[in-house]
Amino acid sequence: MSTMLKITDLHATVAGKEILKGLNLELEAGEIHAIMGPNGAGKSTLGNILAGREGYEVTQGEVMFNGKNLLELEPEERACEGVFLAFQYPVEIPGVNNTYFLRAALNAQRKYRGEEELDSVGFLRLVREKLEILHIGDGLLHRAVNEGFSGGEKKRNEIFQMAVLEPTLAILDETDSGLDIDALKTVAEGVNRLRSKDRGMIVVTHYQRLLDYIVPDKVHVLADGKLVATGGADLALKLEEQGYAWLEDGGIATLDTDSPATTANP
Amino acid sequence: MSGETSTIDKMVEQKYQHGFVTDIESETLPPGLSPDVIRAISARKNEPEWLLEWRLKAYEHWLEMEQPDWAHLNIDPIDFQAISYFSAPKSDKDRPQSLDEVDPKLLETYDKLGVPLHERARLAGVAVDAVFDSVSVGTTFKAELRKAGVIFCSFSEAVQDHPELVQKYLGSVVPQRDNFFAALNCAVFTDGSFVFIPKGVRCPMELSTYFRINAAETGQFERTLIVAEEGSHVSYLEGCTAPMRDENQLHAAVVELVALEDADIKYSTVQNWYPGDENGVGGIYNFVTKRGDCRGARSRVSWTQVETGSSITWKYPSCILRGDDSVGEFYSVALTNNCQQADTGTKMIHIGRNTRSKIISKGISAGRGQNAYRGLVRVTPRAENARNYTQCDSMLIGKNCGAHTFPYIEVRNPSAKVEHEATTSRIGEDQLFYCLQRGISEEDAVSMIVDGFCKQVFKELPMEFAVEAKALLEVSLEGAVG
Ligand SMILES: Nc1ncnc2c1ncn2[C@@H]1O[C@H](COP(=O)(O)OP(=O)(O)O)[C@@H](O)[C@H]1O
Ligand SMILES: [Mg+2]
Repeated sequence: MSTMLKITDLHATVAGKEILKGLNLELEAGEIHAIMGPNGAGKSTLGNILAGREGYEVTQGEVMFNGKNLLELEPEERACEGVFLAFQYPVEIPGVNNTYFLRAALNAQRKYRGEEELDSVGFLRLVREKLEILHIGDGLLHRAVNEGFSGGEKKRNEIFQMAVLEPTLAILDETDSGLDIDALKTVAEGVNRLRSKDRGMIVVTHYQRLLDYIVPDKVHVLADGKLVATGGADLALKLEEQGYAWLEDGGIATLDTDSPATTANP
Repeated sequence: MSGETSTIDKMVEQKYQHGFVTDIESETLPPGLSPDVIRAISARKNEPEWLLEWRLKAYEHWLEMEQPDWAHLNIDPIDFQAISYFSAPKSDKDRPQSLDEVDPKLLETYDKLGVPLHERARLAGVAVDAVFDSVSVGTTFKAELRKAGVIFCSFSEAVQDHPELVQKYLGSVVPQRDNFFAALNCAVFTDGSFVFIPKGVRCPMELSTYFRINAAETGQFERTLIVAEEGSHVSYLEGCTAPMRDENQLHAAVVELVALEDADIKYSTVQNWYPGDENGVGGIYNFVTKRGDCRGARSRVSWTQVETGSSITWKYPSCILRGDDSVGEFYSVALTNNCQQADTGTKMIHIGRNTRSKIISKGISAGRGQNAYRGLVRVTPRAENARNYTQCDSMLIGKNCGAHTFPYIEVRNPSAKVEHEATTSRIGEDQLFYCLQRGISEEDAVSMIVDGFCKQVFKELPMEFAVEAKALLEVSLEGAVG
C-alpha cells in the first residue's frame, strides 16, 4: 500500500478567519477514513480546500496527492486527477440536463487523461449500468442538475456522479445527513461498490449509523481546525454515546477505548 | 486559481468576430434629412405617389416629436442631420436574378459571417431574402414559394408588384406617429421584407432574412410587413451581424405583423450587431418597433428574440390581442456585456375575449452591461377571461453590471388572471465551482450555466437557429468566458 494523500500541517483561512489550524492526515490507497466532529469544526472547509474552492486560502502546510502537489492545481485539474467532492449541499443548475452535465464532466476528465471521449450511446450504456448497480431509477437522467430534487435525491445524484466518474479520491461531505434509511443504504452501497485497493475515501459524517454500512479503516475527530483524535470504527460508537465534549475537556489523553488502533492525534 | 473575475476579464477581451468591412462601392446620399431627401429616396425607388405622400406626412409628424427618454439607457445625443439616409450597392440598378449574378464580394461577406447563402439555402431549404445595406440583392426559392401562393420579396419589390397589398396593410399595425423612431422609419425606410401568406396556406419553408449594416454613417431603416391570411401559418427568421467601426450607426426598423382569423405567425430574431468595443466606443444604436396584430379570432403571434449585439437596444416586440381567443407570446434572451445597454421587453394588449399571453424574458448582464426588462400587460374592459403569465429572470455575471425590471400591469377587467414572476441571480460561484469540481472547464461551465438559463427561450427557436443562437451566446460570453 502506498500513501495516496498526505496532508501536512495544513492551515487555512476563510474570509480572513483561520479555520484549519495545523491539520495532518495520511490516507493509504484502498482506505476509507471517516471524519467526525462538531458543527463548524472545519470539516467542509477541509473538503473545499482539497477540491480547490475559491475563497479558501491555504496559509501554511502541504497537500500531496499521488506524488503531486495538489494545492498547485486548478479545481478542474484536481477533478481530472481524480479528486471528487460529494457536496454537503449539492448545487442546482436550472435548465442543464443532468445526463448532459455528467457526460461533459466525464469527457472532460477522459480528455485530460488522454482517453477517448464517450459518445452518447457509450455514455448511456455506462450510465444505465451504474444506475442498476445503485438501484436508482432513471428518472433523474431527464431532469436538470439537482433542480427541484429532494434532499435525498440530491445526495443520491452525488453518489451516482461518483459512480460514473470513478474518482481516485472521493470526499463525501455529510452525504448521509437528512437521509432516510433507504437513501442511506444507497449511499453506502455506492461507497462500498467503489471500494477498491486503488481508491481512497474520506467520509465526513455526524452519525455513527452510516458507519454500520460503511466500515471505515480509521475514524478521525476534527475539532477546532485539527484532528484531535484518531481511532478505529469503535471510536465512532463512543462519539455517538458521549458526544464531543469529553474531547474538549482534554479528554484526548484519557481516551477510553479498548481498540488498539486508537491513538491520540499529536 | 482563476476565478469569476478573470473569467469576466477574458469575456471583456473578446473581440467582435464579425468586425470587418466589405469594400463594395456604395451610392450614398449626402447626410441630412429633408423633404427633398425623402423625395430622392422615393424617386430612386420608383414609388407611387401615395407612398411618397405617406412618407412626407410621417416626416411632418416626426418633426413634432421628441426622442423618448423614459428608457433606462444613456444615449449620446444623435445628430439626425449627420446621417445619410440612403445607400445602395452599385449593382442595385441591375438587380441580380439569381445568386450567380450576386457580387462575389457580397457572397464572400456572407461566408465570413458563417452564412453561406447558397449552401444554407440549398441544404436547409430556407428561402433567403438578403438585405445588404438598404437594398435587397438576392432572393431564392421564390418560384417554390410562388407555387404555394406565398409572396416573399423585398419591400421595394412588393411596392412595385403588389402595391394594393402594401397600401392596405402598411402602417395598419404601427401607425406613423406611434413613436419618434417609428415615424422616422416611415419617412425614410429604404427596404426590408414583405411576406404574404394567403388563406389556408402553411408556408412550405421557414423564411429567413439576413441583415447586414455596411456603409459608414448610414442609418439603416428597414421596413418589414408580414400578412398571414385566415388559417395560414408562417415562421420567419431574422438574423443580423455587422462590421466593426467607430461611428455609432443608427438603426430604426419597423416590423408589422398582421394575423387574421386562425393565422399563426412565428417571428424569430437573432441579433448580433456590432456592440461597440470594450470601452463602449462605436456600436449600433438599435431602436426597433415590432408589433403583431392578432386581428382575427384564434390567431397567434409569437416573438422569439436573442439579442446579443448593439451598443444600445430599445425594443419591445408587442402583441395586440384583438381577436377573441387570440394568443401572444414573447420569448427573449438579451445579453449585455462590456458597456452595452438594453432596455427591452414587450407589450401584451388584451382586447378580445379569452385572450392569452405569455412572456418569458431572460436578461444576462456581464462586464458593465446594463439590462432592463420593461413589459406592459394591459387588460382592457371587454377582454373577458384574459390570461397572462410573465416570467422574468435576470442573471448577473460579475459585479459591475446591472439588471432592472420594470413591469407595468393594467387590469380593467376583474375576470383577468395575471401572473408575474421575477428572479435575479448572480451566476453562482457555487454553480461554477460545482462544474469545475466535476472537471468541466470554467469557460464550458459558464456557457453551460447560461445556456441552461436560456433554455426556455432557445427551445422556441427553429432548430438551426437555436444552434446558432447558442453559439452566438457562447461567443458573446467567450467575450465573457474565455
Ligand atoms: N464561505 C465561508 N465564509 C465565511 N465563513 C465560512 C465559510 N465557510 C466556512 N466558514 C466558517 O468556517 C467554519 C468552519 O465551517 P465548516 O468547514 O463548514 O464546518 P463543518 O463542516 O465542520 O461544520 C465555520 O465557523 C464557518 O462559519
Ligand atoms: Mg460541513
